[in-house]
Amino acid sequence: MKVNVKRKLIFFGILALLLLLLSIFSAYLTPYDPYEQDLSIAKEAPSAEHWLGTDRYGRDMLSRVIIGSQASIYSTLLLVVIITVLGTIIGIICGLSGKAVDVVLMRISDIFLAFPGLVFALAIAGVLGGGLHNAIIALAAVSWPKFARLARSQTLALKETAFVEAARLSGTGTLKMVFKHILPNIIGPILVTSVLDIGTMMMELAGLSFLGLGAKPPIAEWGSMMSDARSMLGTAPWIVLSPGVAIFISVMIFNLLGDTLRDFADPKNR
Amino acid sequence: MAKYIGKRLLQLIPVLLGITFLTFALMHAAGSDAITEMYADKGAVSQEIIDAKKAELGLDKPFIVQYFTWLGGMLTGDMGVSYVSGKNVFDTFISKLPATLLLTFLSIVLTVIISVPLGILMAVKQNKFIDYLLRVLSFIGNSLPNFFVALVLMEILAIQLGWLPVISANTGFEAAIMPTLTLAIAMSAKYTRQVRAAVLEELNKDYVYGAKARGISSKVILWKSVLRSAMVTIITLLAISIGSLLGGTAIIESIFMWDGVGKLAVDAITMRDYPLIEAYVVWLAIIYVVVNLIADLLYHALDPRIRLEEEGKR
Repeated sequence: MKVNVKRKLIFFGILALLLLLLSIFSAYLTPYDPYEQDLSIAKEAPSAEHWLGTDRYGRDMLSRVIIGSQASIYSTLLLVVIITVLGTIIGIICGLSGKAVDVVLMRISDIFLAFPGLVFALAIAGVLGGGLHNAIIALAAVSWPKFARLARSQTLALKETAFVEAARLSGTGTLKMVFKHILPNIIGPILVTSVLDIGTMMMELAGLSFLGLGAKPPIAEWGSMMSDARSMLGTAPWIVLSPGVAIFISVMIFNLLGDTLRDFADPKNR
Repeated sequence: MAKYIGKRLLQLIPVLLGITFLTFALMHAAGSDAITEMYADKGAVSQEIIDAKKAELGLDKPFIVQYFTWLGGMLTGDMGVSYVSGKNVFDTFISKLPATLLLTFLSIVLTVIISVPLGILMAVKQNKFIDYLLRVLSFIGNSLPNFFVALVLMEILAIQLGWLPVISANTGFEAAIMPTLTLAIAMSAKYTRQVRAAVLEELNKDYVYGAKARGISSKVILWKSVLRSAMVTIITLLAISIGSLLGGTAIIESIFMWDGVGKLAVDAITMRDYPLIEAYVVWLAIIYVVVNLIADLLYHALDPRIRLEEEGKR
């Protein structure tokens, strides 16, 4: 069982890494200039020259989907890193400090959790104006509490263990305690959760752009590309569907990686 | 029990104050307001008119004063009037609720109809072909963004096959089909896996082996004990899903022009219609606290350990 899971983990890990590399080096990988317009070849169906067809301005769809990975994949990973780090820090503070701080921080996280993620993000993005950065801030604001709660409960459980108690009694300072005893022991479940979260976050980020509250045209981003081409669904469906398939494939790869990582971390499979 | 419920409902107060204040602060920080947005595309309007309009709505006052004025009004049951339409906020909001309630009800019912039987089937046929097939399908469903599903449904059902109108003006049954399907596909993909996992977990418990050893047929065990316990998990999860659906699904309601609270919120946010946004935010806070409370109560009420004790007495 373990060998099998390990192989799967390596396989999906490589796929995810390839996606990440694609998003980093996307500018060098496009067959055509993704922003160059040529109205004489507008809305052409997929062909040997343009594998995914062209959009209404005659821009090559394959190039646009590739360059779109920059906004979609890279931003999502940035977002997940932000919420994981922020949530973990707040969670550990809650777990280690006294009741007053804990209650206040948990009530605050309640307030942020009370909004369905996308809708609250909608409010922030609507207020701060569109733009990919604001969409990231907005989603980060509503998504950190999940990690804070996880880190908090893990820290609280750890605080009761004998070795942490022993370390505390022998006069270990708070910072050393956090980095030497707490963090190494809670990082596993947190990492699994954050990898499992990548797919969801990617869909929510694309959803914000779809609503016009994230990346805006002419910047190529999968969600806004789909929204932009919505009216052409009947006449040129490939313009709408190709970015959609790109989101689907990326989300699926990260979901598969997350699931495998969870199985790998599960002690039952050891 | 009443004390517990009371205590939980008291939690609503800090959440409500926090959320409404946060919303006010965000709106204020945005630096625009309803009047500016309204006159933005109407060309040159004299500054006096704009100032007079702002003074009329109290938008010229400091934001903390605005917040407490609004809060005072709300506590006395007056949620104010919309800055844009001039209509009563409470009435406007209530008029949009039925559409969202209908969509919530239909999509939850469809999700249960799809995911519960399939999940049970998968658990019973664990690691057989049908289990693998459904697992792959639910995995695919889980990785599809809902707006993508919505557009694909539109392409197939409305454009290619012409069975349904692309956009309906009303919120009738025919118009509800595509948004319901979109929401149910995503939720079913998630719940089928949840039902499968919950049933499998129950099937592996000692009492199931005990019952088998005593010669009780697998079917009886499955229907009488396993499903009842497995449903606890599912119902709790469903309560949370219902909560997020009641908040209105901004994207789906916008795509299908479904006239519910999610679309209302999107419109109110673009127009900076503060009282309407605040009403929406209050609604979300109430849903959050109440849904979590109901989920916890259900969990306590249906907890298999409690039931076992009762059975022991009989």
